[in-house]
Amino acid sequence: MGRKVLIPIGPYHPLQEEPELFKLYCDGEIVRDVKWETGYNHRGIEKLSESKTYEQVFFLVERICGICSTSHPFAFANAVEEIAGIEPTNRAKYIRSIIGELERIHSHLLWLGLAGHFLGYNTVFMWAWKYREPILDLFEMITGNRNSYAMFRVGGVRRDIEESKISAIEKVLDEFRRKNDLLTGAVMDDPVIHARTKGVGVLTRQDIIDYCAVGPTARASGVATDVRKDDPYAAYPLVDWQVVTAEEGDVFAKTKVRLLEMNESVSIIRQCLKGLLKEKEGDIMVKVNEIPEGIGQGRAEAPRGEVFHFVVSDGSNSPARHKIRAPSYVNIATFKKSCIGQTISDATITLAAVDPCYCCTERLAVAYDFSTGEKIMNAKSLMDISVAKTAEIMKIQGKKHE
Amino acid sequence: MGFKSHCFKKSLWVFHFGGASCNNCDIEILDCLAPRHDLERFGILLVGSIRHADVLLVNGSINKRDRERLLELYNQAPKPILVVAIGACGCTGGIFAEGITFAGPVDKIIPVDAYVPGCPPKPEAIIAGIVKLVNKN
Repeated sequence: MGRKVLIPIGPYHPLQEEPELFKLYCDGEIVRDVKWETGYNHRGIEKLSESKTYEQVFFLVERICGICSTSHPFAFANAVEEIAGIEPTNRAKYIRSIIGELERIHSHLLWLGLAGHFLGYNTVFMWAWKYREPILDLFEMITGNRNSYAMFRVGGVRRDIEESKISAIEKVLDEFRRKNDLLTGAVMDDPVIHARTKGVGVLTRQDIIDYCAVGPTARASGVATDVRKDDPYAAYPLVDWQVVTAEEGDVFAKTKVRLLEMNESVSIIRQCLKGLLKEKEGDIMVKVNEIPEGIGQGRAEAPRGEVFHFVVSDGSNSPARHKIRAPSYVNIATFKKSCIGQTISDATITLAAVDPCYCCTERLAVAYDFSTGEKIMNAKSLMDISVAKTAEIMKIQGKKHE
Repeated sequence: MGFKSHCFKKSLWVFHFGGASCNNCDIEILDCLAPRHDLERFGILLVGSIRHADVLLVNGSINKRDRERLLELYNQAPKPILVVAIGACGCTGGIFAEGITFAGPVDKIIPVDAYVPGCPPKPEAIIAGIVKLVNKN
């Protein structure tokens, strides 16, 4: 093997929206090793969460990731409701599922557009993002914001979907279904997309199991894992739907799974809207007095896979510990399998195929030096950070007093 | 006509710096280029290098790791350059201002010409911000 050449992608690369650094070690055209570096996006959310009340944490976890800004509150609500032993009303469950599925549609369309952009197929980008706009308009109509919906709270949802809005939602869905069929046909039949994505970045069933990958990444390799079926929450057990899987495990299969999942989402939303008509309007919230002491685990199926929230309550107003695991955290590790042995030109689409989301993934890790057994980020270095911050605050306040 | 207004008379090329953000602003910035808003018809183009840019869009709260890189990018930029802080995090730090890794809002690090608040600001708001900025100069 010849000398390896290092090709850095990032941290601020025009290819990617988020700051992260990929190091591709190449031998000629072939990628031999891949490493990635994050930390450009770390915001200390788990720690921040401990300083906020349960109602406020929803606004915080929503801003972990803008694309899956329902799945984090969803999982957090599931966790807190497990602690408090609350069961939301059916109407709240339907509304939660509707928002979750609308989000899946907009996220998958966004991914499809970006994937097209990575392949140099800007037409796909423009089409997908054009068809995404009516979905965002729906969000604005239902929740008042295009992203970051602020719909969730402990025991229910904040806003109702009135009967007058249902026909408008159905109209947009019908239109979207037609457009999605068009888009699916165009992507599935395109010889160039076939040539660029078939057999590229293959993950076998065993790879998925080894790396514990989740979401569409796993489903495209024939592993039918879906929290909505495995650990049903909200309205998903009340409606009829299928888990979409494919067997090939390449980028094309991942595209196929996402395109077909959008149709399933439309079907789920339609059934939920029918369910809404049967429930009493305005019955969207269960009164919550206080969160007792306890431990809660909440799971939700984000567009990218399983989101897991772990909350420890000490009976006070805010979580004593809040642990978050986002799907990209496990999916990103599959790059070690999918990228190595590919050419550099296929590396971008392979990296993009798992729909990685770095703002979800960021965390502070404690690293051990195996040769000396010392913690590299140890208590002292954390202490130093804290001391430096205090000094900084004192400096600012000292200036104010002058 | 001053030197600055001369520089920004023609098509504005934009470089986008996403700090420690939640992606929402990044997506809304991209959305400006998508068919509904289609900023490219005004000659506004996202470029890959700061050395080609007239406008630097900064969004997201800036953490300690981003801070050095933002400064470096600003120093590399050809002057005059317009800096626009997008979103609540870009303007003030927003909900993340109390975080342990937060390293100050954008205007504490580099001079900012315009603020577009919102979480996230709608594409219309981003466009309006840039139009106002261009008219001012």
